[in-house]
Amino acid sequence: MSERSIVVISAGLSQPSSTRLLADRLADATVTELAARGITARVHNVELRDLAHEVVNTMLTGFATGELATALEAVKGADGVIAVTPVFSASYAGLFKSFVDVLEPDALSGVPVLLGATGGSARHSLAIDYALRPLFGYLHADVQPTSVFAATDDWATAGGDDSHPLPSRIRRAGRELAETVADREPSAPAGLYDAVPSFSDLLGPA
Amino acid sequence: MQFGIFTVGDVTTDPTTGRTPDDTERVRNMLTIAKHADEAGLDVFATGEHHNPPFVPSSPTTMLGYLAGVTTNITLSTSTTLITTNDPVRLAEEYAMLQVIADGRMDLMMGRGNTGPVYPWFGQDIRQGIPLAIENYALLRRLWTEDVVDWSGKFRTPLQGFTSTPRPLDGVPPFVWHGSIRSPEIAEQAAFYGDGFFHNAIFWPMEHTAQMVNFYRQRFEHYGHGQADQAIVGLGGQVFMNKDSQRAVSEFRPYFDNAPVYGHGPSLEDFSRDTPLTVGSPQQVIDRYGKFREQVGDYQRQLFLMDHAGLPLKTVLEQIDLLATEVVPVLRREAEAARPAHVPANPPSHAERVAAARAAGSLPEQHVAAADHWTGRTAEDDLEAADAVSR
Repeated sequence: MSERSIVVISAGLSQPSSTRLLADRLADATVTELAARGITARVHNVELRDLAHEVVNTMLTGFATGELATALEAVKGADGVIAVTPVFSASYAGLFKSFVDVLEPDALSGVPVLLGATGGSARHSLAIDYALRPLFGYLHADVQPTSVFAATDDWATAGGDDSHPLPSRIRRAGRELAETVADREPSAPAGLYDAVPSFSDLLGPA
Repeated sequence: MQFGIFTVGDVTTDPTTGRTPDDTERVRNMLTIAKHADEAGLDVFATGEHHNPPFVPSSPTTMLGYLAGVTTNITLSTSTTLITTNDPVRLAEEYAMLQVIADGRMDLMMGRGNTGPVYPWFGQDIRQGIPLAIENYALLRRLWTEDVVDWSGKFRTPLQGFTSTPRPLDGVPPFVWHGSIRSPEIAEQAAFYGDGFFHNAIFWPMEHTAQMVNFYRQRFEHYGHGQADQAIVGLGGQVFMNKDSQRAVSEFRPYFDNAPVYGHGPSLEDFSRDTPLTVGSPQQVIDRYGKFREQVGDYQRQLFLMDHAGLPLKTVLEQIDLLATEVVPVLRREAEAARPAHVPANPPSHAERVAAARAAGSLPEQHVAAADHWTGRTAEDDLEAADAVSR
Protein backbone atom coordinates (compact mmCIF):
# COMPACT_ATOMS: atom_id res chain seq x y z
CA MET A 1 0.00 0.00 0.00
CA SER A 2 1.54 3.31 -0.98
CA GLU A 3 1.43 6.45 1.10
CA ARG A 4 0.66 10.11 0.47
CA SER A 5 0.85 13.20 2.62
CA ILE A 6 -2.21 15.47 2.89
CA VAL A 7 -1.81 18.83 4.63
CA VAL A 8 -4.98 20.45 5.94
CA ILE A 9 -4.77 24.21 6.47
CA SER A 10 -7.55 25.72 8.56
CA ALA A 11 -7.81 29.45 9.24
CA GLY A 12 -10.81 29.51 11.58
CA LEU A 13 -10.41 31.77 14.59
CA SER A 14 -13.14 30.64 16.98
CA GLN A 15 -12.92 27.52 19.14
CA PRO A 16 -14.59 25.30 18.09
CA SER A 17 -14.61 26.55 14.54
CA SER A 18 -16.93 25.64 11.67
CA THR A 19 -13.94 26.20 9.35
CA ARG A 20 -12.01 23.46 11.14
CA LEU A 21 -15.15 21.30 11.04
CA LEU A 22 -15.35 21.68 7.25
CA ALA A 23 -11.60 21.06 6.92
CA ASP A 24 -11.90 17.84 8.94
CA ARG A 25 -14.84 16.64 6.81
CA LEU A 26 -12.93 17.34 3.59
CA ALA A 27 -9.88 15.52 4.98
CA ASP A 28 -11.99 12.51 6.00
CA ALA A 29 -13.58 12.32 2.55
CA THR A 30 -10.16 12.51 0.89
CA VAL A 31 -8.66 9.87 3.18
CA THR A 32 -11.61 7.53 2.52
CA GLU A 33 -11.34 7.95 -1.24
CA LEU A 34 -7.56 7.44 -1.16
CA ALA A 35 -8.01 4.28 0.92
CA ALA A 36 -10.45 2.98 -1.70
CA ARG A 37 -7.57 3.37 -4.18
CA GLY A 38 -5.15 1.45 -1.98
CA ILE A 39 -3.38 4.54 -0.67
CA THR A 40 -2.74 5.42 2.97
CA ALA A 41 -2.93 9.11 3.71
CA ARG A 42 -0.86 10.80 6.37
CA VAL A 43 -2.84 13.86 7.45
CA HIS A 44 -0.99 16.86 8.86
CA ASN A 45 -3.29 19.49 10.38
CA VAL A 46 -2.12 23.08 10.28
CA GLU A 47 -4.32 25.13 12.59
CA LEU A 48 -3.39 28.73 11.80
CA ARG A 49 -4.87 30.12 15.00
CA ASP A 50 -2.11 28.35 16.95
CA LEU A 51 0.54 29.80 14.63
CA ALA A 52 -0.81 33.35 14.42
CA HIS A 53 1.96 35.04 16.42
CA GLU A 54 4.65 33.03 14.65
CA VAL A 55 3.22 34.00 11.24
CA VAL A 56 3.47 37.71 12.08
CA ASN A 57 6.96 37.28 13.54
CA THR A 58 8.05 35.56 10.35
CA MET A 59 6.74 38.43 8.26
CA LEU A 60 8.85 40.79 10.39
CA THR A 61 12.05 38.77 10.80
CA GLY A 62 12.13 36.78 7.57
CA PHE A 63 12.60 33.37 9.15
CA ALA A 64 10.23 30.80 10.62
CA THR A 65 10.87 28.79 13.75
CA GLY A 66 9.21 26.12 15.86
CA GLU A 67 5.77 24.83 14.91
CA LEU A 68 5.46 27.22 11.98
CA ALA A 69 8.71 25.94 10.48
CA THR A 70 7.31 22.41 10.82
CA ALA A 71 4.07 23.47 9.12
CA LEU A 72 5.93 25.13 6.22
CA GLU A 73 8.04 22.00 5.75
CA ALA A 74 4.86 19.89 5.72
CA VAL A 75 3.31 22.07 3.01
CA LYS A 76 6.50 21.82 0.96
CA GLY A 77 6.41 18.03 1.11
CA ALA A 78 2.64 17.64 0.62
CA ASP A 79 1.09 15.43 -2.07
CA GLY A 80 -2.19 17.28 -1.65
CA VAL A 81 -3.39 20.32 0.29
CA ILE A 82 -6.81 21.14 1.69
CA ALA A 83 -7.07 24.88 2.41
CA VAL A 84 -10.09 26.24 4.25
CA THR A 85 -10.71 29.79 5.40
CA PRO A 86 -13.60 31.74 6.83
CA VAL A 87 -14.84 34.59 4.64
CA PHE A 88 -14.16 37.89 6.38
CA SER A 89 -15.14 41.20 4.78
CA ALA A 90 -15.88 39.54 1.44
CA SER A 91 -12.56 37.67 1.14
CA TYR A 92 -10.24 35.12 2.78
CA ALA A 93 -9.23 35.78 6.37
CA GLY A 94 -6.16 38.00 6.82
CA LEU A 95 -4.43 35.27 8.79
CA PHE A 96 -4.97 32.86 5.90
CA LYS A 97 -3.34 35.27 3.45
CA SER A 98 -0.50 35.97 5.87
CA PHE A 99 0.27 32.25 6.03
CA VAL A 100 0.25 32.09 2.24
CA ASP A 101 2.60 35.08 2.23
CA VAL A 102 5.22 33.28 4.33
CA LEU A 103 5.17 30.12 2.19
CA GLU A 104 8.24 29.73 0.03
CA PRO A 105 7.47 30.98 -3.48
CA ASP A 106 7.29 27.54 -5.13
CA ALA A 107 5.84 25.63 -2.19
CA LEU A 108 2.48 24.96 -3.90
CA SER A 109 3.63 24.87 -7.51
CA GLY A 110 1.89 21.93 -9.19
CA VAL A 111 0.42 20.69 -5.90
CA PRO A 112 -3.24 19.52 -5.98
CA VAL A 113 -5.27 21.84 -3.77
CA LEU A 114 -8.86 21.54 -2.59
CA LEU A 115 -10.35 24.88 -1.57
CA GLY A 116 -13.01 25.39 1.08
CA ALA A 117 -14.56 28.38 2.80
CA THR A 118 -17.14 29.09 5.46
CA GLY A 119 -19.45 32.06 6.03
CA GLY A 120 -22.60 33.17 7.74
CA SER A 121 -24.78 32.92 4.66
CA ALA A 122 -24.64 31.49 1.16
CA ARG A 123 -24.32 35.03 -0.22
CA HIS A 124 -20.53 34.77 0.39
CA SER A 125 -20.11 31.53 -1.54
CA LEU A 126 -18.50 33.15 -4.60
CA ALA A 127 -15.59 34.36 -2.47
CA ILE A 128 -13.90 31.06 -3.31
CA ASP A 129 -14.06 31.88 -7.02
CA TYR A 130 -13.18 35.57 -7.02
CA ALA A 131 -10.63 35.55 -4.16
CA LEU A 132 -9.22 32.08 -3.43
CA ARG A 133 -8.91 30.72 -6.99
CA PRO A 134 -6.90 33.70 -8.35
CA LEU A 135 -4.58 33.50 -5.32
CA PHE A 136 -3.88 29.81 -5.84
CA GLY A 137 -3.65 30.34 -9.58
CA TYR A 138 -0.84 32.81 -8.91
CA LEU A 139 0.88 30.15 -6.78
CA HIS A 140 0.65 27.68 -9.70
CA ALA A 141 -1.31 25.26 -7.54
CA ASP A 142 -3.34 22.53 -9.24
CA VAL A 143 -6.70 23.74 -7.91
CA GLN A 144 -9.38 21.04 -8.04
CA PRO A 145 -12.60 21.80 -9.97
CA THR A 146 -14.90 21.33 -6.99
CA SER A 147 -14.52 23.60 -4.01
CA VAL A 148 -16.82 23.63 -1.01
CA PHE A 149 -18.47 26.59 0.64
CA ALA A 150 -20.41 25.93 3.85
CA ALA A 151 -22.79 28.55 5.23
CA THR A 152 -24.34 28.24 8.68
CA ASP A 153 -27.50 26.77 7.12
CA ASP A 154 -25.49 23.97 5.50
CA TRP A 155 -24.90 22.38 8.89
CA ALA A 156 -28.68 21.74 9.25
CA THR A 157 -29.90 18.19 8.85
CA ALA A 158 -30.67 18.50 5.16
CA GLY A 159 -27.34 20.15 4.47
CA GLY A 160 -29.06 23.45 3.60
CA ASP A 161 -29.51 22.54 -0.04
CA ASP A 162 -32.07 20.00 -1.16
CA SER A 163 -30.42 18.97 -4.43
CA HIS A 164 -26.72 19.22 -3.40
CA PRO A 165 -26.51 18.90 0.37
CA LEU A 166 -23.14 19.64 2.02
CA PRO A 167 -22.19 15.98 2.60
CA SER A 168 -22.53 15.18 -1.09
CA ARG A 169 -20.44 18.22 -2.06
CA ILE A 170 -17.77 17.18 0.45
CA ARG A 171 -17.71 13.63 -0.95
CA ARG A 172 -17.38 14.87 -4.49
CA ALA A 173 -14.55 17.28 -3.60
CA GLY A 174 -12.73 14.58 -1.63
CA ARG A 175 -13.04 12.17 -4.55
CA GLU A 176 -11.58 14.68 -7.01
CA LEU A 177 -8.62 15.48 -4.78
CA ALA A 178 -8.00 11.78 -4.09
CA GLU A 179 -8.07 10.96 -7.81
CA THR A 180 -5.58 13.71 -8.63
CA VAL A 181 -3.26 12.78 -5.77
CA ALA A 182 -3.44 9.06 -6.63
CA ASP A 183 -2.52 9.77 -10.26
CA ARG A 184 0.70 11.56 -9.30
CA GLU A 185 4.03 10.25 -8.11
CA PRO A 186 4.50 10.78 -4.38
CA SER A 187 6.46 13.94 -3.68
CA ALA A 188 10.06 12.96 -3.04
CA PRO A 189 11.82 14.58 -0.10
CA ALA A 190 14.30 16.75 -2.02
CA GLY A 191 17.74 17.37 -0.53
CA LEU A 192 17.99 20.97 0.62
CA TYR A 193 20.55 21.99 -2.01
CA ASP A 194 19.86 19.37 -4.69
CA ALA A 195 18.72 22.01 -7.14
CA VAL A 196 21.79 24.26 -6.86
CA PRO A 197 23.44 24.42 -10.27
CA SER A 198 27.13 23.65 -10.45
CA PHE A 199 29.37 26.67 -10.73
CA SER A 200 30.33 25.98 -14.34
CA ASP A 201 26.61 26.21 -15.21
CA LEU A 202 26.35 29.43 -13.23
CA LEU A 203 29.43 30.85 -14.95
CA GLY A 204 28.02 30.07 -18.39
CA PRO A 205 30.01 29.59 -21.61
CA ALA A 206 33.50 31.05 -21.40
CA MET B 1 40.64 32.45 15.38
CA GLN B 2 39.77 36.03 14.62
CA PHE B 3 37.20 38.05 16.54
CA GLY B 4 35.96 41.43 15.46
CA ILE B 5 33.04 43.72 14.87
CA PHE B 6 31.00 44.61 11.82
CA THR B 7 28.76 47.58 11.33
CA VAL B 8 25.77 48.31 9.16
CA GLY B 9 26.16 52.04 9.66
CA ASP B 10 22.52 52.71 10.41
CA VAL B 11 21.35 56.07 11.68
CA THR B 12 18.74 55.15 14.26
CA THR B 13 17.02 57.17 16.95
CA ASP B 14 18.00 56.13 20.48
CA PRO B 15 14.62 54.93 21.78
CA THR B 16 15.53 55.75 25.37
CA THR B 17 16.35 59.42 24.70
CA GLY B 18 14.68 60.18 21.38
CA ARG B 19 18.00 61.54 20.09
CA THR B 20 19.09 60.87 16.50
CA PRO B 21 22.69 61.48 15.40
CA ASP B 22 23.16 63.25 12.07
CA ASP B 23 25.11 61.63 9.25
CA THR B 24 28.35 63.41 10.10
CA GLU B 25 28.20 62.31 13.74
CA ARG B 26 27.42 58.74 12.70
CA VAL B 27 30.37 58.54 10.31
CA ARG B 28 32.69 59.99 12.99
CA ASN B 29 31.31 57.51 15.52
CA MET B 30 32.08 54.65 13.15
CA LEU B 31 35.70 55.87 12.94
CA THR B 32 35.92 56.12 16.74
CA ILE B 33 34.47 52.62 17.11
CA ALA B 34 36.97 51.15 14.63
CA LYS B 35 39.94 52.86 16.34
CA HIS B 36 38.69 51.69 19.71
CA ALA B 37 38.34 48.11 18.47
CA ASP B 38 41.96 48.25 17.29
CA GLU B 39 43.19 49.62 20.63
CA ALA B 40 41.14 47.02 22.53
CA GLY B 41 42.88 44.26 20.58
CA LEU B 42 40.06 42.99 18.38
CA ASP B 43 41.16 41.41 15.10
CA VAL B 44 38.70 42.75 12.53
CA PHE B 45 36.65 45.85 11.74
CA ALA B 46 34.26 45.52 8.81
CA THR B 47 31.94 48.16 7.41
CA GLY B 48 28.80 47.69 5.37
CA GLU B 49 28.11 49.50 2.11
CA HIS B 50 24.77 51.17 1.53
CA HIS B 51 23.37 53.71 -0.89
CA ASN B 52 20.14 54.64 0.83
CA PRO B 53 19.17 56.29 4.11
CA PRO B 54 19.16 55.61 7.02
CA PHE B 55 22.62 54.17 6.30
CA VAL B 56 25.76 56.32 5.93
CA PRO B 57 28.64 54.11 4.72
CA SER B 58 28.44 54.64 0.96
CA SER B 59 32.21 54.83 0.39
CA PRO B 60 33.97 52.00 2.24
CA THR B 61 37.46 52.41 0.79
CA THR B 62 37.58 56.08 1.80
CA MET B 63 36.70 55.09 5.35
CA LEU B 64 38.99 52.06 5.46
CA GLY B 65 41.86 53.95 3.83
CA TYR B 66 41.74 56.52 6.62
CA LEU B 67 41.50 53.78 9.23
CA ALA B 68 44.51 52.03 7.72
CA GLY B 69 46.50 55.14 8.60
CA VAL B 70 45.28 55.53 12.18
CA THR B 71 45.15 51.89 13.33
CA THR B 72 47.99 49.45 13.83
CA ASN B 73 46.91 45.82 14.01
CA ILE B 74 43.27 45.42 13.14
CA THR B 75 42.31 43.84 9.80
CA LEU B 76 40.03 46.12 7.80
CA SER B 77 37.22 44.50 5.89
CA THR B 78 33.73 44.98 4.46
CA SER B 79 30.32 43.56 5.31
CA THR B 80 29.53 43.63 2.48
CA THR B 81 30.94 45.09 -0.74
CA LEU B 82 28.19 45.22 -3.34
CA ILE B 83 29.41 43.04 -6.19
CA THR B 84 26.13 43.56 -8.05
CA THR B 85 25.68 47.31 -8.35
CA ASN B 86 29.33 48.40 -8.24
CA ASP B 87 31.37 48.41 -11.41
CA PRO B 88 33.85 45.55 -10.97
CA VAL B 89 36.52 47.71 -12.61
CA ARG B 90 36.14 50.33 -9.90
CA LEU B 91 36.16 47.61 -7.22
CA ALA B 92 39.41 46.18 -8.61
CA GLU B 93 41.01 49.63 -8.56
CA GLU B 94 39.68 50.83 -5.21
CA TYR B 95 40.42 47.68 -3.24
CA ALA B 96 43.88 47.24 -4.78
CA MET B 97 44.56 50.84 -3.73
CA LEU B 98 43.30 50.09 -0.22
CA GLN B 99 45.43 46.95 -0.11
CA VAL B 100 48.57 48.95 -0.94
CA ILE B 101 47.71 51.74 1.51
CA ALA B 102 46.89 49.25 4.30
CA ASP B 103 50.02 47.26 3.46
CA GLY B 104 47.92 44.12 3.09
CA ARG B 105 46.08 44.53 6.42
CA MET B 106 42.66 44.13 4.77
CA ASP B 107 40.33 41.76 3.03
CA LEU B 108 36.80 42.16 1.71
CA MET B 109 33.47 40.40 1.60
CA MET B 110 31.25 40.28 -1.45
CA GLY B 111 27.50 40.57 -1.05
CA ARG B 112 24.59 41.25 -3.34
CA GLY B 113 22.50 43.78 -1.43
CA ASN B 114 18.79 43.26 -0.97
CA THR B 115 17.38 46.77 -1.38
CA GLY B 116 15.37 46.67 -4.61
CA PRO B 117 15.60 50.34 -5.72
CA VAL B 118 19.39 50.50 -5.30
CA TYR B 119 19.77 48.26 -8.35
CA PRO B 120 17.98 50.53 -10.85
CA TRP B 121 19.70 53.58 -9.35
CA PHE B 122 22.95 51.97 -10.49
CA GLY B 123 21.54 50.73 -13.77
CA GLN B 124 20.93 47.14 -12.68
CA ASP B 125 18.03 44.79 -11.93
CA ILE B 126 17.69 42.93 -8.62
CA ARG B 127 16.27 39.90 -10.44
CA GLN B 128 19.73 39.54 -12.03
CA GLY B 129 21.40 39.56 -8.61
CA ILE B 130 23.05 36.13 -8.84
CA PRO B 131 24.19 36.44 -12.51
CA LEU B 132 25.59 39.92 -11.68
CA ALA B 133 27.48 38.57 -8.66
CA ILE B 134 28.97 35.79 -10.78
CA GLU B 135 29.96 37.79 -13.86
CA ASN B 136 31.24 40.81 -11.93
CA TYR B 137 33.36 38.74 -9.58
CA ALA B 138 34.82 36.68 -12.42
CA LEU B 139 35.90 39.95 -14.08
CA LEU B 140 37.22 41.39 -10.80
CA ARG B 141 39.47 38.37 -10.33
CA ARG B 142 40.86 38.69 -13.84
CA LEU B 143 41.56 42.39 -13.32
CA TRP B 144 43.61 41.54 -10.23
CA THR B 145 45.46 38.54 -11.62
CA GLU B 146 46.03 39.53 -15.28
CA ASP B 147 47.99 42.65 -16.19
CA VAL B 148 46.14 43.30 -19.44
CA VAL B 149 42.53 42.25 -19.78
CA ASP B 150 40.36 41.83 -22.88
CA TRP B 151 36.83 41.12 -21.73
CA SER B 152 33.21 41.22 -22.76
CA GLY B 153 30.12 40.16 -20.84
CA LYS B 154 26.47 40.88 -20.32
CA PHE B 155 26.42 43.60 -17.69
CA ARG B 156 29.08 46.21 -18.47
CA THR B 157 30.78 47.70 -21.48
CA PRO B 158 33.58 45.54 -22.95
CA LEU B 159 37.24 46.09 -22.15
CA GLN B 160 40.11 45.95 -24.63
CA GLY B 161 43.68 46.19 -23.40
CA PHE B 162 42.65 47.38 -19.94
CA THR B 163 45.05 47.37 -17.01
CA SER B 164 43.67 47.96 -13.50
CA THR B 165 46.05 49.98 -11.32
CA PRO B 166 47.62 49.89 -8.85
CA ARG B 167 48.53 46.26 -9.37
CA PRO B 168 47.82 44.19 -6.20
CA LEU B 169 50.38 44.38 -3.42
CA ASP B 170 53.25 41.94 -4.08
CA GLY B 171 51.26 40.64 -7.06
CA VAL B 172 48.76 38.89 -4.74
CA PRO B 173 45.14 40.12 -4.63
CA PRO B 174 43.27 40.60 -1.33
CA PHE B 175 41.58 37.63 0.27
CA VAL B 176 37.88 37.55 -0.56
CA TRP B 177 34.87 36.31 1.39
CA HIS B 178 31.43 35.76 -0.06
CA GLY B 179 28.54 36.55 2.24
CA SER B 180 25.10 35.08 1.82
CA ILE B 181 22.27 34.14 4.14
CA ARG B 182 20.02 32.05 1.95
CA SER B 183 21.49 31.70 -1.55
CA PRO B 184 23.39 28.43 -1.95
CA GLU B 185 24.65 29.68 -5.34
CA ILE B 186 26.91 32.09 -3.44
CA ALA B 187 28.23 29.30 -1.20
CA GLU B 188 28.90 27.41 -4.44
CA GLN B 189 30.77 30.45 -5.83
CA ALA B 190 32.93 30.76 -2.71
CA ALA B 191 33.71 27.04 -2.84
CA PHE B 192 34.56 27.12 -6.55
CA TYR B 193 37.24 29.76 -6.07
CA GLY B 194 38.46 28.48 -2.71
CA ASP B 195 37.46 31.83 -1.17
CA GLY B 196 36.01 32.32 2.30
CA PHE B 197 32.31 31.97 3.08
CA PHE B 198 30.63 34.23 5.63
CA HIS B 199 27.17 33.51 6.99
CA ASN B 200 25.61 36.46 8.73
CA ALA B 201 23.74 34.33 11.21
CA ILE B 202 22.29 37.13 13.31
CA PHE B 203 18.74 36.90 12.01
CA TRP B 204 18.67 33.14 11.49
CA PRO B 205 18.43 29.96 13.50
CA MET B 206 21.84 28.27 13.81
CA GLU B 207 20.51 25.06 12.18
CA HIS B 208 19.99 26.99 8.95
CA THR B 209 23.46 28.52 9.20
CA ALA B 210 24.99 25.09 9.76
CA GLN B 211 23.28 23.70 6.64
CA MET B 212 24.64 26.48 4.43
CA VAL B 213 28.14 26.29 5.91
CA ASN B 214 28.29 22.54 5.54
CA PHE B 215 27.13 22.80 1.92
CA TYR B 216 30.00 25.27 1.29
CA ARG B 217 32.47 22.97 3.03
CA GLN B 218 31.47 19.97 0.89
CA ARG B 219 31.72 22.00 -2.32
CA PHE B 220 35.09 23.47 -1.24
CA GLU B 221 36.42 19.92 -0.99
CA HIS B 222 34.70 18.96 -4.27
CA TYR B 223 36.60 21.71 -6.09
CA GLY B 224 39.91 20.47 -4.70
CA HIS B 225 40.90 23.31 -2.39
CA GLY B 226 41.44 21.02 0.60
CA GLN B 227 39.37 19.02 3.02
CA ALA B 228 35.89 20.24 3.94
CA ASP B 229 37.05 21.12 7.44
CA GLN B 230 39.82 23.32 6.02
CA ALA B 231 37.43 25.68 4.24
CA ILE B 232 37.47 29.27 5.53
CA VAL B 233 34.30 30.13 7.41
CA GLY B 234 33.07 33.27 9.15
CA LEU B 235 29.92 33.91 11.16
CA GLY B 236 27.99 36.97 12.22
CA GLY B 237 26.90 37.37 15.83
CA GLN B 238 25.07 39.75 18.07
CA VAL B 239 25.48 40.25 21.82
CA PHE B 240 24.79 42.75 24.55
CA MET B 241 26.59 42.30 27.84
CA ASN B 242 26.64 43.43 31.40
CA LYS B 243 28.39 41.66 34.27
CA ASP B 244 24.91 41.54 35.82
CA SER B 245 22.92 39.55 33.27
CA GLN B 246 19.55 40.97 34.38
CA ARG B 247 20.86 44.48 33.81
CA ALA B 248 22.03 43.47 30.33
CA VAL B 249 18.45 42.43 29.52
CA SER B 250 16.80 45.52 30.97
CA GLU B 251 19.32 47.87 29.29
CA PHE B 252 19.06 46.23 25.86
CA ARG B 253 15.32 45.58 25.77
CA PRO B 254 14.21 49.06 24.58
CA TYR B 255 16.79 48.90 21.77
CA PHE B 256 15.66 45.41 20.84
CA ASP B 257 11.95 46.24 20.94
CA ASN B 258 12.43 49.21 18.60
CA ALA B 259 15.22 47.88 16.39
CA PRO B 260 14.73 48.55 12.67
CA VAL B 261 14.90 44.89 11.60
CA TYR B 262 13.18 42.78 14.22
CA GLY B 263 11.57 45.42 16.44
CA HIS B 264 7.88 45.11 17.27
CA GLY B 265 8.07 41.44 16.34
CA PRO B 266 9.23 38.50 18.43
CA SER B 267 10.13 38.99 22.07
CA LEU B 268 13.75 39.42 23.13
CA GLU B 269 13.52 36.02 24.80
CA ASP B 270 12.12 34.26 21.70
CA PHE B 271 14.63 35.91 19.39
CA SER B 272 17.49 35.01 21.75
CA ARG B 273 16.35 31.39 21.71
CA ASP B 274 15.99 31.22 17.91
CA THR B 275 19.05 33.20 16.78
CA PRO B 276 22.62 33.79 18.07
CA LEU B 277 21.52 36.98 19.86
CA THR B 278 22.80 36.66 23.41
CA VAL B 279 21.93 39.24 26.02
CA GLY B 280 23.48 38.60 29.40
CA SER B 281 26.78 38.22 31.18
CA PRO B 282 30.10 37.76 29.36
CA GLN B 283 30.09 34.17 30.61
CA GLN B 284 26.74 33.55 28.90
CA VAL B 285 28.22 34.85 25.64
CA ILE B 286 31.23 32.56 26.07
CA ASP B 287 28.98 29.57 26.75
CA ARG B 288 26.83 30.21 23.67
CA TYR B 289 29.45 31.23 21.12
CA GLY B 290 31.93 28.59 22.26
CA LYS B 291 29.47 25.94 21.09
CA PHE B 292 28.88 27.15 17.52
CA ARG B 293 31.92 25.22 16.34
CA GLU B 294 30.02 22.05 17.22
CA GLN B 295 27.43 22.97 14.55
CA VAL B 296 29.50 24.60 11.80
CA GLY B 297 32.94 23.08 12.44
CA ASP B 298 36.09 24.92 13.51
CA TYR B 299 35.83 28.35 11.92
CA GLN B 300 38.16 31.25 11.41
CA ARG B 301 36.29 34.49 11.95
CA GLN B 302 33.53 35.59 14.32
CA LEU B 303 32.17 39.11 13.85
CA PHE B 304 29.79 40.84 16.24
CA LEU B 305 27.24 43.54 15.49
CA MET B 306 27.67 46.13 18.26
CA ASP B 307 26.72 49.61 17.03
CA HIS B 308 23.14 49.48 15.86
CA ALA B 309 19.53 50.15 16.83
CA GLY B 310 20.42 53.59 18.22
CA LEU B 311 22.83 52.43 20.95
CA PRO B 312 24.87 55.47 22.06
CA LEU B 313 28.59 55.63 21.29
CA LYS B 314 29.61 55.36 24.96
CA THR B 315 27.67 52.11 25.33
CA VAL B 316 29.15 50.68 22.13
CA LEU B 317 32.70 51.41 23.34
CA GLU B 318 31.93 49.73 26.69
CA GLN B 319 30.58 46.70 24.85
CA ILE B 320 33.76 46.51 22.78
CA ASP B 321 35.84 46.60 25.97
CA LEU B 322 33.78 43.80 27.54
CA LEU B 323 34.08 41.75 24.38
CA ALA B 324 37.82 42.27 24.07
CA THR B 325 38.73 41.72 27.73
CA GLU B 326 36.16 39.24 29.08
CA VAL B 327 35.00 37.20 26.11
CA VAL B 328 37.50 37.00 23.27
CA PRO B 329 40.53 35.75 25.24
CA VAL B 330 38.50 32.80 26.56
CA LEU B 331 36.83 31.99 23.24
CA ARG B 332 40.16 32.21 21.43
CA ARG B 333 41.83 29.89 23.92
CA GLU B 334 38.98 27.38 23.73
CA ALA B 335 38.88 27.47 19.92
CA GLU B 336 42.64 27.02 19.71
CA ALA B 337 42.57 24.07 22.12
CA ALA B 338 39.80 22.34 20.14
CA ARG B 339 41.15 22.99 16.64
CA PRO B 340 42.79 20.05 14.84
CA ALA B 341 46.29 20.89 13.56
CA HIS B 342 45.37 20.62 9.87
CA VAL B 343 42.57 23.22 10.16
CA PRO B 344 43.67 26.83 9.63
CA ALA B 345 43.40 28.97 12.77
CA ASN B 346 42.77 32.17 10.83
CA PRO B 347 41.81 33.29 7.36
CA PRO B 348 44.99 33.65 5.28
CA SER B 349 46.91 36.88 5.90
CA HIS B 350 48.54 38.79 3.07
CA ALA B 351 51.99 37.47 4.06
CA GLU B 352 50.71 33.90 4.05
CA ARG B 353 49.10 34.37 0.65
CA VAL B 354 52.34 35.79 -0.77
CA ALA B 355 54.30 32.85 0.66
CA ALA B 356 51.77 30.38 -0.77
CA ALA B 357 51.89 32.02 -4.19
CA ARG B 358 55.71 31.91 -4.15
CA ALA B 359 55.68 28.27 -3.15
CA ALA B 360 53.22 27.49 -5.94
CA GLY B 361 55.42 29.39 -8.41
CA SER B 362 52.41 31.44 -9.47
CA LEU B 363 53.78 34.81 -8.44
CA PRO B 364 54.30 37.05 -11.45
CA GLU B 365 57.55 38.97 -11.98
CA GLN B 366 57.51 42.18 -10.04
CA HIS B 367 55.22 44.46 -11.95
CA VAL B 368 56.45 47.82 -13.17
CA ALA B 369 53.75 49.97 -14.65
CA ALA B 370 54.48 50.44 -18.30
CA ALA B 371 54.77 53.88 -19.80
CA ASP B 372 51.42 55.42 -20.65
CA HIS B 373 51.13 55.23 -24.38
CA TRP B 374 47.62 56.61 -24.52
CA THR B 375 47.41 59.89 -22.64
CA GLY B 376 49.59 62.63 -21.31
CA ARG B 377 52.32 62.34 -23.88
CA THR B 378 52.32 63.00 -27.54
CA ALA B 379 53.84 60.62 -30.02
CA GLU B 380 56.59 63.19 -30.53
CA ASP B 381 57.45 62.99 -26.83
CA ASP B 382 57.65 59.25 -26.91
CA LEU B 383 58.93 58.04 -30.23
CA GLU B 384 59.64 54.60 -28.89
CA ALA B 385 56.04 54.16 -27.74
CA ALA B 386 54.60 55.57 -30.93
CA ASP B 387 56.83 53.19 -32.82
CA ALA B 388 55.66 50.25 -30.71
CA VAL B 389 52.01 51.13 -31.21
CA SER B 390 52.29 51.55 -34.93
CA ARG B 391 54.09 48.21 -35.19
